[in-house]
Amino acid sequence: MLIRFWGTRGSLPAPLGYRAVRTKIREALLAASGRGLEDPATIDRFIDHDLPFSVSGTFGGNTSCVEIDTESDEYLLCDLGTGVREFGNGVLARHGGAAHHCFNVFLSHVHWDHVMGFPFFSPAYIPGNVIRIHGCHKGMRDAFQRQQSAPGFPVDLRSLGATIEFVELEPGRTFELGAFSVLPFLQHHANDSYGYRFSKGGKTIVYSTDCEHKFETLDETYPFIGYFRDADVLIFDAMYSLADQVSVKEDWGHSSNMIAVELAQLAGVKHLVMYHHEPIYDDGMLETILGETRRYAELSRPRHGLAITSAYDGLEIVV
Amino acid sequence: MEISEARQDDVVVLRPVGRINNDTSSAFQSRLLACLGAGSVLVDLSGVEYISSAGLRALMMGSKESQKTGGRLAVAGLTPVVKEIFEISRFFHVVQVFETPSEGIAALR
Repeated sequence: MLIRFWGTRGSLPAPLGYRAVRTKIREALLAASGRGLEDPATIDRFIDHDLPFSVSGTFGGNTSCVEIDTESDEYLLCDLGTGVREFGNGVLARHGGAAHHCFNVFLSHVHWDHVMGFPFFSPAYIPGNVIRIHGCHKGMRDAFQRQQSAPGFPVDLRSLGATIEFVELEPGRTFELGAFSVLPFLQHHANDSYGYRFSKGGKTIVYSTDCEHKFETLDETYPFIGYFRDADVLIFDAMYSLADQVSVKEDWGHSSNMIAVELAQLAGVKHLVMYHHEPIYDDGMLETILGETRRYAELSRPRHGLAITSAYDGLEIVV
Repeated sequence: MEISEARQDDVVVLRPVGRINNDTSSAFQSRLLACLGAGSVLVDLSGVEYISSAGLRALMMGSKESQKTGGRLAVAGLTPVVKEIFEISRFFHVVQVFETPSEGIAALR
């Protein structure tokens, strides 16, 4: 299986501004100074191996959208944040507008950052496409209808060319989709959110964003340990520092990098992917937090061997 | 984890020894909240080799309790690993930290 991250920011898009780009160029040029970078191959090696990611790249600014490659004609997406715009454009670029597809979406919830890309999802405007939006909330269609109603947006949901279907799932009950088994589960978030455990051919990916974990002690009885158990990849809302999560941002519905590590280690997760990044963090801060999180994993359970990645727009992970 | 308790210049000094983790944080939190009813508390962390999120959460609960009771809470004597965890968690921003217990006691009394 292959996971593609199209949008990894939380709450609201966070595009890179002019000053941030200029700072990266300046840092790259300073690092390149005196190194005799004259041919393209040497320059590529320098960019890819010698510069820190916060200088050579960016974590990106699109909001939540993750694709799980189904290796079939159908697409599988988690959430419809602004990242879905680029995903949709990519589908059209590869296949053209005449080819028709089925897009299966699993929605964590309908807060704006998780649905705001949908009005700009080009395949939704093409007759013959089918978009099947799965979720556990009642009234999903109403939420999408409100988003695409005057005066907020000029194209009404009902006038889209594609067939839009809403499939209500029951948390705790496994849903079969082609070769995938999908287990939805309830999460602690304002107006509720839902995570999904996707299993196929002995591999498991868990998508768990917009969830605040509040426990006094952590042990095997905590239900999320079961949802995350032995996952090959856990995509986890690690938006805040622990201090923020338990003080000024308590009850804001998000979690922290330290909680991510502790849950992943107790559940036997192989690869933790930090996700739903705080929009006020720049690339340098996100890189620092990734280093700190890896260090905390060493301090917490040195022999666990948990791989940790901080998601970025464009990241691909082979499972 | 062992927790000793002493009183110095009207400040209760709690001294846990060992790891404050999921197995021990409840006992630590109960002891901390009980002491805060009696005034200001300094937690001497010089004997603590590791503190998990549950242990830090207990300190946060103590901090909130101290605001209710009008007492004060601080920590001191962080070992290198605990200091690192305070930095990773950003807990320096929510709990007052002193280099040594004597500095903490002087500030709280």
